[in-house]
Amino acid sequence: MTRLASPAELEQLRNYIVSQRRPDRQWVAICLGTGCRASGSEAVSAALRNALLERRLAAQIDVVEIKETGCQGFCERGPLLVIHPQNIFYQHVKPDDVEEIVEETLLGGRTISRLLYRNPESNEIVVKEHDIPFYRNQQRLLLAHSGEIDPTDIRDYIAVGGYSALPKALFTMRPDEIIDTIIQSGLRGRGGAGFPTGRKWRSCRNAPGDTKYVVCNADEGDPGAYMDRSIIESNPHSVLEGMIIGAYAIGSHQGYIYVRQEYPLAVKHFRRALEQAEEYGLLGHNILGSGFDFSVKINRGGGAFVCGESTALVASIEGKTGEPRAKHVHTVESGLWDCPTNLNNVKTWANVPHIINRGASWFASIGTENSKGTALFSLVGKVNNTGLVEVPMGITLRELIFNVGGGVSSGKAFKAVQTGGPSGGCIPRDLLDLPVDFESLTQAGSMMGSGGMIVMDQDTCMVDVARYFTAFLMDESCGKCVSCREGLVQMHRVLQGICEGKGRESDLALLQDLCDVVAGASLCALGTTAPNPVLSTLRYFGDEYRAHIHEKRCPAGVCKALITFQIITDKCTGCGACLRRCPQKAITGEKKQPHVIDQQLCIKCGVCRDVCKFDAVQVI
Amino acid sequence: MELDLTRVEEIIDKYRDERGGLIGALQDIQESFGWLPQPALRRLSEELGYPMNRIYSVATFYKAFSLTPRGRHVCKVCMGTACHVRGAPRILEEIERQLGIGPGETTADKTFSLDIVNCVGACAIGPVIDIDGEHKGNLTPGKVAAILKEYREAT
Repeated sequence: MTRLASPAELEQLRNYIVSQRRPDRQWVAICLGTGCRASGSEAVSAALRNALLERRLAAQIDVVEIKETGCQGFCERGPLLVIHPQNIFYQHVKPDDVEEIVEETLLGGRTISRLLYRNPESNEIVVKEHDIPFYRNQQRLLLAHSGEIDPTDIRDYIAVGGYSALPKALFTMRPDEIIDTIIQSGLRGRGGAGFPTGRKWRSCRNAPGDTKYVVCNADEGDPGAYMDRSIIESNPHSVLEGMIIGAYAIGSHQGYIYVRQEYPLAVKHFRRALEQAEEYGLLGHNILGSGFDFSVKINRGGGAFVCGESTALVASIEGKTGEPRAKHVHTVESGLWDCPTNLNNVKTWANVPHIINRGASWFASIGTENSKGTALFSLVGKVNNTGLVEVPMGITLRELIFNVGGGVSSGKAFKAVQTGGPSGGCIPRDLLDLPVDFESLTQAGSMMGSGGMIVMDQDTCMVDVARYFTAFLMDESCGKCVSCREGLVQMHRVLQGICEGKGRESDLALLQDLCDVVAGASLCALGTTAPNPVLSTLRYFGDEYRAHIHEKRCPAGVCKALITFQIITDKCTGCGACLRRCPQKAITGEKKQPHVIDQQLCIKCGVCRDVCKFDAVQVI
Repeated sequence: MELDLTRVEEIIDKYRDERGGLIGALQDIQESFGWLPQPALRRLSEELGYPMNRIYSVATFYKAFSLTPRGRHVCKVCMGTACHVRGAPRILEEIERQLGIGPGETTADKTFSLDIVNCVGACAIGPVIDIDGEHKGNLTPGKVAAILKEYREAT
């Protein structure tokens, strides 16, 4: 491939790629995102390839293309695949189903009802992907092509209109015009803080210095959040295109992407994207003949949560320990190697090509007055439709969790939703009609964050959740500020005591004091937001704290010191399953007679409840 | 056992001119050996000019690095929020009991190392563990013993 030397050559290539594709051909998009891989989609893909190859040899099938895509979003139903152009959605596909899919659907044109989505409420079968409520209720902008393109093939991205914003920016817009467009669009940083992106770019452009850097923050450390990873895995060029446009606007010739090392597939796909973009003349020296040079390096994170903070991330790229510094001087003025550095989240960069292509007012028409565009969430926890969702800003939590997410799993009662990762908070049932935007979530004591949304039900103990996040942050605190390093240890000690039934009345006031100090005296956002999980649970779930402290009771049945496992005599059939599996040999009983747990020996591991087929083990 | 340092020399050459390359070099050593052997770090210090205290400050700051040899199988228990609310702490306890070690430790026979990770992003099948890069999902404490047995026997 010779490097493309002008926008006209790129358009020629695009037309050629599109002309080579027959619109009537059948093709199968099989999800190979991390979630579906974990459910076994690689084996399904291999089986499908084999089955098609055999038939191709027998000349039964002319052309059926298999596309291994990145995350298609509906992780709950994985492994999943979509047959195009009919848009037939098959879920929970196993290698054994492949023969039938080829015979019935690809050759016979009939659907297999066993593999189709069934609406849990109406029991109605849904054939097409875009009719499934999970997809129908989303507005997919950044994820629009995630289920259609092979992320390792730049031609797929070009075929769907990719790299069309780049020549428009390079050849028809001045850097200042690009920045104005981004400012007018109202795009705000998607890493969580929501700082206006265009203003950040302008500060960096105006900062004195010849060498400037742009950085893509893909150090997605929030537990239960995987939006950034999915975008890089499924559509890496969209992020890269945004970075190149940003670099041109800011006046930078070197970019970095800092990716969590726990995401090997994302690293692999981005690396491939860099190689291909370079090969096609879309990256490197004299991009598309414009005279603009830009290249990008990949840095893998070292597994430190704090490195998602901008100054810590910069230190980490410099090869140092990831300790944040005071921001008297911002990174846009003095960041990486003391040069002006513009750092944005993966999703922020991925929005840029859309804004350049379709204009600022189009983007500003989506969302609310102060939060424009779409929001991406990984909707996880006790929710029916675990997966990756993209919705317009301003949608209510209720619509998001119940219409898109399909409600709480196992028919349990909704208790809270946690947003914003460890810096966020828990939002209770009463606030389900809250719109999802930067301001509303902050007012409710949580925050937008980078997009993890964890649904909790009646069986989730909110004191335990607060303890969990505090333990997480205690572990991840870099240790630079005393308030954060020591304060979190003390907060954790108090919370641990409450969970163990040793809580005292004075603990609640003590916790409040500690929260004030940690929030007020710490340098970076890790410390200043660390009390949020505790403060929000104290604010909305004070009763649960009091039940632990006064009644020595865990209402959700989670805190081990406050619960006991018991066998319900009426339900126990004496099958002996629990007796054989109990690691402590704490269960006794004759065959076919109700069994009993010896509370002195029981360590409350819960194995008996897991193995009981008769629901005869209860927690009280 | 004598350590083969040829790979370390290659890594040193790769990062010789790389600004801020210390973390990358350590990551490559960790990947090649499964841990950071001291002789390798000494070579890195001599050749790339990083003082040993700087190397150790980075090696102990980031979770990705281990200063002790790891077991043949590395079992990572996901402790992300989604897994937590679905019962990950009980899975961890059961694995600790089965192996007789805590997070960050390795069994005496060097068969298993146990780690906890913040999130592997496979929330749909949580609680989930990752053994040698393979995900095992929808776990219950009752399923743990059989999985560990499979790996113990596979050696």
